[in-house]
This record gives sequence, structure tokens and C-alpha cells, in this order.
Amino acid sequence: MSREAVFNLVVLAGLVALPLYAHLSDAPFTITLATRAVILSLAAVGLNIALGIGGLVSLGHAVFFGVGGYAMGILAFHAQTYAPLMEWPFVVEGTKSMPVIWLVAVVFSALVALGIGLLSLRTSGVYFIMITLAFGQMFYYFAISWSAYGGEDGMSIYVRNGFPGLNTLVPVQFYGLCLVLLCAALAFNAVLLRSPFGLALNAARQVPDRVRAVGLDPFRLRLLAFVISGAITGLAGALFADLNRFVSPTMFSWQLSGEFIVFIIIGGTARLFGPVAGAVLFVALEHFLGGVSDYWHIWFGLLLLGVVLFGRGGLIGVIAGRGRGHD
Amino acid sequence: MSLILIAEQVLNGLQFGIMLFLMAAGLTLIFGVMGLINLAHGSLYMVGAFCAAAVAAATGSFALGLVAALAGAAAAGALIELVVIRRLYDRDHLDQVLATFALILIFSEGTRWVFGSFPLYLDVPPALAGPVALPFGIQYPLYRLALIVIGLVVAAGLFWLIARTRIGVQIRAGENDREMIAALGVDIDRLYTFVFALGAALAGLAGALVGAIQSVQVGMGEPVLILAFVTIVIGGIGSIKGALIGALLVGLTETLGSVFLPELFKLFMAPAAATQTGASLSSMAIYILMAMVLIWRPTGLFGARA
Repeated sequence: MSREAVFNLVVLAGLVALPLYAHLSDAPFTITLATRAVILSLAAVGLNIALGIGGLVSLGHAVFFGVGGYAMGILAFHAQTYAPLMEWPFVVEGTKSMPVIWLVAVVFSALVALGIGLLSLRTSGVYFIMITLAFGQMFYYFAISWSAYGGEDGMSIYVRNGFPGLNTLVPVQFYGLCLVLLCAALAFNAVLLRSPFGLALNAARQVPDRVRAVGLDPFRLRLLAFVISGAITGLAGALFADLNRFVSPTMFSWQLSGEFIVFIIIGGTARLFGPVAGAVLFVALEHFLGGVSDYWHIWFGLLLLGVVLFGRGGLIGVIAGRGRGHD
Repeated sequence: MSLILIAEQVLNGLQFGIMLFLMAAGLTLIFGVMGLINLAHGSLYMVGAFCAAAVAAATGSFALGLVAALAGAAAAGALIELVVIRRLYDRDHLDQVLATFALILIFSEGTRWVFGSFPLYLDVPPALAGPVALPFGIQYPLYRLALIVIGLVVAAGLFWLIARTRIGVQIRAGENDREMIAALGVDIDRLYTFVFALGAALAGLAGALVGAIQSVQVGMGEPVLILAFVTIVIGGIGSIKGALIGALLVGLTETLGSVFLPELFKLFMAPAAATQTGASLSSMAIYILMAMVLIWRPTGLFGARA
């Protein structure tokens, strides 16, 4: 077994063991922290499909996170006020059921990703970065001006949504649900990497001309990757909203998009568990450095600068050595 | 809806656009010459505003504040170019995004550390305070008019610098072929530091000038940065002319949209719904403009054909 595989197993074991330990020793805040880390991991795993395999540096992935969050917020808001979402041409009621909310979050974030992808994938390189950033800002301002759903103040959902057979109000049960979804996304990602689509997408990043020469269209490969990527990040958004029982325009903020990329890079680019390692590290630093200094972002910025300038390969690169290169 | 109101809003749009140009010009110059995407450009805007506010508060002179803004932002720009940015020219865009994102965190929290979380205020200088009477009975704040004039003068100076001076020739040559001009004996490292500091100074100037009509606070740079990105995507990356046209388009669309779209919708909708729809749509107007330009010309109005 490679050192990277051992590292992945250790991370996974830690994600299972730590919250169980916290549950037994009655430390619900630790579980909440771990849930936050797992959900942010899921968002970054989504981004990693576009960025890691497809080479699409999207600086607007918070859009999908926010769309997922608002899908949850709007459905649950209508369920808790008993007002139907729409009455014509057919009645749509709100819902407090997680599976339905997840489905809606995934479908809508995929649709938004399709729209943004169709426009922004016409360009590449630095244009793509700036355009995804700009679309992110567009959604942010739209959410602020959307006063029907809280506008700038956001909306609170009073009771966490339910999942059949579970009591999601118990922190460790909700955590387990999130962890299962993260594992499913990681397994999907691993399968995708080896699938014909994943190989073609990888090739489209490296030598688009040859991909074109064998009759594949890089644009369509990238678009599909972008849509899948957005859908997974959207699912994470719905979970994040449920964790906080609150949605607000900050879920669309461009800083969050930047942080998703940061997770992938400090964890290790082109590694399956890179986003997970990065997000866990980020949440841990946020918690511990945040306790030490109000200005912990300075130290985090310096760390990030160090990783980018000198430590290629991120955390997994340091621990597991050079893996399969991504170039 | 009077003509005077329209004229005032057009002037507001011009003023906003010309300040956006100061930001966008630096960004597009830095991208054109060095191939670098600089997210920390908004931080330099903030540095300029804070320098101006601090010096103006200490000395009581707005002019000294402006000098401090130019010097402070240029110095901060030169410093980060020498320490960080220089190592990024050969890297891919992903590394550039991350490193400059890290710089934003450091600048923002550093400024919060030094100046605290409360906004500072920079007063309009007394000589430029109050309204001025323009033809056709338009009353317009003198300071905003001065911003338009200053911005146009700086824009003209920049075009002159690029088109007519020796350093401008070197900058244009650097955009085309960096090895060749290095071989001709131009110190390329010094040129890059100069271009970066120049872009930083323009951003700092914009921050200080706008700081007098808005509050000076941490995080003021990033919304402007993203608008500047929209501007150069519309104008075409690397083109100063594109940055000017793009900035005016964005400035006018943003300003006129937020005033007139709700009015437009009131013609055929209930007032409350019209205000709501108009506000939502106007907050998205410049991005819709950007999307339309991209469909028409993916590399922007004046960008090189990819």
C-alpha cells in the first residue's frame, strides 16, 4: 500500500473515530466542528472534479454552494410557514425532508452550473477565472436584493430538516449522514478518475488538440465536468445550511470560493483526499488559531503563501512524498 | 423623470467609471506585461485610502493625503512585487490566484490590526466642497466633478506614457517579447517592478479619491476589484483603451441601471413589485452586460483574438 493510501485511511479513520469519541465524552461542539469540516470537504471535493481533473480554475464555486443552501432555505421556509411555494400551474409545497431537499439542491445547482459553464467555458485561462468570479458576485448581489427570502439578513430555519429513520437533531447522527455523503462523493470521484470520461477530461486538460483529433469535444467534456462539480458543491451547500439552520448571501461570497480552492491546494492538488485534508486542516486552524489571535487570517495567509511559493504538493505531498504528478 | 436628473446620473456614472478605470488600468497593464492575475489589487486600493485618511487626519491637508496614498500604495506594490509576485511570473494562474488571495488575507487583517475595525473618514477638501452650477441649471457636487477631471487627466497621462515615452516603448515591447527586450539591454526585473508599482499607485490614488465620498474600511477593495475584473473582461485583457471603454460602460450601466430600471418597470408593474424587480435586475445588470459581450466576442471588445 502506498503512503498516500495509508494517509487516506488514517484521515478516514480519524473522521469516524473523533466524533464518536466526542459523542461518548459528551462534547457536541467538537462534533459540530467536525460536521463543518466534512461539509466543506464535500464542497471542495466537488470543486476538485472541475479543478483537479479538468484544470478549470473556478473562482465562483460558492455560487453552487449558495444555490444548494437557498434550495434548502426556501423549501424549509415554505414548510415552516405552511405557505405553498407556488400555486400555478401546479401546487408546490415546501418540505422538511432532506432527501427531497438534496435532490432539488443538486438539480438546481447543476442547472446553474450548466448556464454559467455554457458562457464561461467559451473562454479559458485568466478570463475563465475572472468570469466565474464575476458570476459569483452577480449571485451574491442578487441574493442581497431578494427581499422575499431575507435579502441581506438571510433566513433562519427553526428546526433541522428530517431524514427517514434518523433523528437529525442529534449531532452525531447528522454528522454520520454528512460523512456518508462525503464518502459517496469520494468513491464517485475515484470511479470517475478511472472512467473513460475521466481519462478524456484529464487528456483535455493536458493536450486539448489531441483530444479533438480523436474526435472528442473538449468543450463538452469540460461542461459536463463543471456541471457534475457544481452539483456536488450544491449538495454540500444544502447540508451546510442545515448545519447552521441559516442561509444568507455570504454563502455566495467570493471569499468562500477562494477558500474552496485553498482547501484543495493546502491538502494537495490532484489527490483524491486533498480537499478533505485541506478542509479539515482549515477548520482546525480556524478553531485553534482563532482562539489564540483575533488576527489569525494573517498567519493563515502567510502559511498559504509558504505552501504556494515553496511547498508544492500541500499536506499530502509533505507526508506521502511525490505521488502521481498532475502535469 | 427630468432631464436634469438624467444628466446628474450620467455624470455619476462617468465619475464611477473613471475611478474604475484607474483600478482596471493597473490590472490590465500588469496582466498584459507580466501575464499575472493579481487579486491583491483591491488591497492596494485599500492601502491608498488608509494612507490618505491617516495622513490627512494628522496634517489636515487633503493634498498631502493624496501624495501619501500614491507613495504608500506604490511602496506596498513594489514591496510585494520584490518579495512575492516576482516568484509567480513563471507559475500557472492557479498559483497566482492563491498567492495573491493569501496577500489579501494578510493585507486585510494587517490593516484591521493597525487601524481597528471601525471605518475611518476622509473629508472632502474645503476648496472642493459644495455644489457647482453647470449649464442648463444642473447643480452637481464640485468634488465629484473634480474626480472626473482628475481621472481624465491621469488617463491622458497614462496614454501619453505608454505611447510616447521611452519607458512606454519598453512596456509595449515587454508585452510582446520579453526575451528580446532583455537581450537588448533593458533591465526586465526593474521594468516589472516599475509597472507593478505604477499599477499600485493608480489603485491607491483611486482608493484615496473615492475614500472621501465613501467610508475608508477594511474590505473596501474587493468589490471594486471584482468590478475592475468585469471591466477588463469586457474591454479585453491587456488593452488600456479597452479598460477605459469598459470602465465607462460598467460605470454608466451600474449607475443608470439602479436609478432607471425600477422606474422603467413601474410603467407596467405595481410600484412595489417594480422596485423589487428593478433592484434585483439592476444589481445584475453589469454581469448581464459582461455575458452579452462574451457571447459576441469571447476575448472582449479590444482583446487580442485568442
